[in-house]
Amino acid sequence: MSGVHVSTTINGDAVEFVCQPGEVLLDVLRNRVGLTGAKEGCGTGDCGACSVTVDGRLVCACLVLGAEVEGRAVNTVEGMANGNQLHPLQQKFIEHAALQCGICTPGFLVAAKALLDRNSDPTEEQIRYALAGNLCRCTGYDKIVRAVQAAAKDLAVDATKPAAKKKATKKPSKKSA
Amino acid sequence: MRYEAPTTTKDAVALLSKTKGKGQVLAGGSDLLVRLKGGFVEPEVIVDIKRIPAMQAVSKTASGFKIGAAVSCAQLGENSALKKAWPGVVEAANLIGSDQIQSRCTVVGNLCNASPAADSVPAMVAAKAKAVVVGPKGKRTVPVEDVVAGPGKTTLKAGELIESITLPARKGKSGDAYLRFIPRTEMDIAVCSAGVSLTLGKGGVVAEARVALGAVAPTVVLVPAAAKAIIGTKLDDDALAAMAAACEAACNPIDDKRGTVEFRTEVAGVLAKRAAKIAYQRAGG
Amino acid sequence: MKDDPSFTNQAFKVIGTRVARPDGIDKVTGRARYGADASAAGQLVGMILRSPHAHAEIRSIDTSKAEKIAGVKAIITSADLPDKVNGKRDMLDILENCMARGRALYDGHAVAAVAAIDAETAKKALKAIKVDYKILPHVTDVDAAMQDGAPIVQSWVRTAGGDANKTTNVAQVSQFGHGNIEEGFAEADVIIERSFKTEQTHQGYIEPHACLASVGPDGSGELWVTTQGHYTFRTQCAQLLGMDIAKLKVTSSEIGGGFGGKTHVWMEPVALALSRKANRPVKLVLTREEVFRGTGPTCSTSMDIKVGAKRDGRITAALAVLRYQDGAFPGIWGMLGGMTAWACYDLPNVKAIAYDVLVNRPKVAAYRAPSAPMAAFGVESTMDLVAQAIDMDPVEFRLLNAAKEGTRASYGPTYGPIGIRATLEAVKNHPQMKAKLGPNQGRGMACGFWFNFGGQTCSTINIGTDGTVNVSVGTVDVGGSRASLSMIAAEELGVPYETVKCSVADTATLGHNDTTEGSRGTFSSGMAIIFAARNAVGELRARAAKTWDVPVEEVEWKDGTAYPMGDQHHNLKPLSLKDIAAKSPRTGGPIAGHNETVADGAGVSFASHICDVEVDPETGSTRILRYAVVQDAGKAIHPDYVEGQFQGAAAQGIGWALNEEYVYGKDGRLQNAGFLDYRIPVCSDLPFIDTTILEIPNPGHPYGIRGVGETSIVPPLAAIGNAVSNAVGVRMNHVPMSPPRILKAIKTQRAAG
Repeated sequence: MSGVHVSTTINGDAVEFVCQPGEVLLDVLRNRVGLTGAKEGCGTGDCGACSVTVDGRLVCACLVLGAEVEGRAVNTVEGMANGNQLHPLQQKFIEHAALQCGICTPGFLVAAKALLDRNSDPTEEQIRYALAGNLCRCTGYDKIVRAVQAAAKDLAVDATKPAAKKKATKKPSKKSA
Repeated sequence: MRYEAPTTTKDAVALLSKTKGKGQVLAGGSDLLVRLKGGFVEPEVIVDIKRIPAMQAVSKTASGFKIGAAVSCAQLGENSALKKAWPGVVEAANLIGSDQIQSRCTVVGNLCNASPAADSVPAMVAAKAKAVVVGPKGKRTVPVEDVVAGPGKTTLKAGELIESITLPARKGKSGDAYLRFIPRTEMDIAVCSAGVSLTLGKGGVVAEARVALGAVAPTVVLVPAAAKAIIGTKLDDDALAAMAAACEAACNPIDDKRGTVEFRTEVAGVLAKRAAKIAYQRAGG
Repeated sequence: MKDDPSFTNQAFKVIGTRVARPDGIDKVTGRARYGADASAAGQLVGMILRSPHAHAEIRSIDTSKAEKIAGVKAIITSADLPDKVNGKRDMLDILENCMARGRALYDGHAVAAVAAIDAETAKKALKAIKVDYKILPHVTDVDAAMQDGAPIVQSWVRTAGGDANKTTNVAQVSQFGHGNIEEGFAEADVIIERSFKTEQTHQGYIEPHACLASVGPDGSGELWVTTQGHYTFRTQCAQLLGMDIAKLKVTSSEIGGGFGGKTHVWMEPVALALSRKANRPVKLVLTREEVFRGTGPTCSTSMDIKVGAKRDGRITAALAVLRYQDGAFPGIWGMLGGMTAWACYDLPNVKAIAYDVLVNRPKVAAYRAPSAPMAAFGVESTMDLVAQAIDMDPVEFRLLNAAKEGTRASYGPTYGPIGIRATLEAVKNHPQMKAKLGPNQGRGMACGFWFNFGGQTCSTINIGTDGTVNVSVGTVDVGGSRASLSMIAAEELGVPYETVKCSVADTATLGHNDTTEGSRGTFSSGMAIIFAARNAVGELRARAAKTWDVPVEEVEWKDGTAYPMGDQHHNLKPLSLKDIAAKSPRTGGPIAGHNETVADGAGVSFASHICDVEVDPETGSTRILRYAVVQDAGKAIHPDYVEGQFQGAAAQGIGWALNEEYVYGKDGRLQNAGFLDYRIPVCSDLPFIDTTILEIPNPGHPYGIRGVGETSIVPPLAAIGNAVSNAVGVRMNHVPMSPPRILKAIKTQRAAG
């Protein structure tokens, strides 16, 4: 078995690697490129913990061969923040306590971003179905859906004032239950 | 094992022919890579068809539609002309897996995986879809229902692959629909399913119909008796009951981790009735 | 008094607010390091060969071919894991579960393991190992395992206190209760007696077990591992491998969910043994299939519940006979079911008889309030039936019989202040109870109880010269406890939350801490931190006294600042913690506070849930329309994460109630070892889950904290069972209430007319 040489773009950076023909993108990212943000929860495309995008399309990195991304653009959770500015989704996940153990969080963030990139104002139902490929065992999804709703709102505000640089939002004070 | 990404169908056929059946076609990979990981297949060569331009498009033809073998189900959902003509086929394709899977999976892959529970297949069978098969001896066109021989088995010969799926043009007042039963709201394999396509004649009476069921037999089954039960009717309760009975009679399912014989049989009839009503409504009935 | 755990009802500044968690940014940027995210130079890949048989004698294992494969560095079998615990049964059970010793006891039982230079080579080596099995008869059903003539899972097992000569699958029979149930049933106007079954479920954490083990020839080693209790893992691994406890340093990675399943060692001793043999680091990560087949699910059960009541609603007697399967090794799961079954109620005559039964399935591990949800399914379903029989509202019926302060619990103790009635009152007044139900819709409610645990805890606070605070704890943070524990330190020291950094220390840094289980993390580490902080405050006061040259008794500590007491010191300027910290190098060196304790007095907790469902009568499919959780938290330190625990527990219960189950074939093999067919709830399955936090202070904790993590997985099975039964008009008695089971129940009812 001989390796396949692949030139690709990951989070905007040109990357080259050599992988085995049957090696999946998730293993390439984690073991060869050093990006461990995408997690393996199942290896069979059933949990979404390894969600990344390839040419803008949301995929499970465990169901893509490393060899397939030749010349493509791969984006992972590590590429979501803009410098030291968290993406609104990342910010809202923290503010809304949308993570407990956090193992599914990278996958949820990538999947939620893919949703908001194509539908900036999703309904609750649309959010729930768009995230159905991402399993979370800790939260019951409640706070995740709320965080995505809040991020969508935030992004909509951003969109109306494109010039204004948005400061990190302060946490809204919530009444204790 | 080798990975090859040819740019023409001819090269793909040549690669597959050379390995005498030990090659695997990679389209979306959502089934193949799971089998590869599980050690269920050990191909000599993986032939990635996503770099073949001819397989990447959905096109409107004189006789209907042509769907390239490498077109993802997500792309089908984004094609408004196809969605308008064949909403049932597109909704079936869009039910396969999560958004992540949708970005990758293809109806041809779904067909060639040869699972009786494949979501897109009953809808395609109901729609009279045909597969364009290319092999070392040239091209042939076969009805979709003739591609699958049994669970995990196709009628494709060594070196053959499916280049595209064709769907006929829609005439007059026509509609199709697909429904499946799954225990959750998403992410499950169909426990049983039904695809219905029909065309209405004068006065909203069903003139033509095709009914296909999934996950109730070793392959997807076309049920002419179910179609017959609704042809000439306006889907009144008696007609629907007769159709459901015909569906139940056509079922030959198994008990497994996903459902029981009893459940699959009964619910297949329920789904066929519901799908027929949706198709009827879509046809303008 | 020093280290007084009594509740003091102090006013809070930080506690109860919703601050950002300290590990948030690492977790949203992909930087947080979980079990599989660590690597070591020269590491090998470890893999495990597992039995495909439910029960088999292992006649021989031939590893010779595999050893010859280039790149294979070590292969081990049970021969490499000799008994180092002098036959101590519970430890030997753990070892035998890690690696079969002569007999494979369940499908997925480990029989050999390899370490190789890469995954491909390791896979090849696994294939080359030849195991000669003699297949033995097996049993996977709990009722079948109790029959005479059933295949015997463990030949050494005798029923505790039973016949010493009789082999059996019943490892233990436990009994709890008081009064005289025969007399009680004789007094009853109505008696309802029903049988119930629940299927086996898995904790279903998204992160598979993973570790990186490194052991040198000198017997020293390190283990990086995803675990709920690295101290327990250290002790067990060291004992099983004959290592010195102090020489094995265990570091807990970020943990991607545990819910009880990571309280137990599975492959960690195997990874250490491989590393020791190869003298190289070994990384061992389980596949999802291995997680389902080879790690601890919870029990399947079968039970008979009997309740007698007067027409006025008073229960006169209650009996539960519970049969829990523990997998292939004895456990305490039936016993816990017996203890929890009737804990919500004040009963004059009550009995629970619980059987712990062995079957050829994986060794059962804790799963969130272990054993309580199943017993609650039986009990709370029967409670609804009794309420119906006497034509009483189910909430009123429960309120009438609910336990209160002073009630003698069915499992022995007498309750202090508890919240069961308050949760029921809250349910009664909840807006969901008034929401209109449509056709095919039904509402159900149910109650649940969990003990909560405390246990051995140890914590250290170190104050930096800039006035910032390091908190070291030994309880693994499974769901955000570093936030709540930082809040407690900030509250106690009177400093801003943002100046506190809480870390989970490795086993070389702090003394033993019990595992994060039994909802003990925030309760017990919170208590240790309060005491440690108070020790630190004592030192801060001493430094202020030294600076001012006054007796320490004349220094008062308030809001993070030392104040001189009395008019004679009016010229002295108060010193803040920051001031004192800055001077610390010159006043006696670093300032720290420590505490080692056994945190007793974990307050019991209760929850009541309401569930509205709609059932499709033609397919048996159930949708959760609305769901509300009411639970007593004692004191909610960080309300967001308390709500999160309530919602997560409810969601797990919903999955269990409707779809999750281990499906075994006739061959004793697990049929659905993956997330495709082991169906945990997905986002689109659930509605928003409403939460109500009640705060009935635990008198045994300075802040009134009760554990919150587990209780809310207890009511959902029954709440949904009651809702579905009300929707379809048929009593559901088998969990999960999957569509085929519901449709069958509807059809059977119809056929019976």
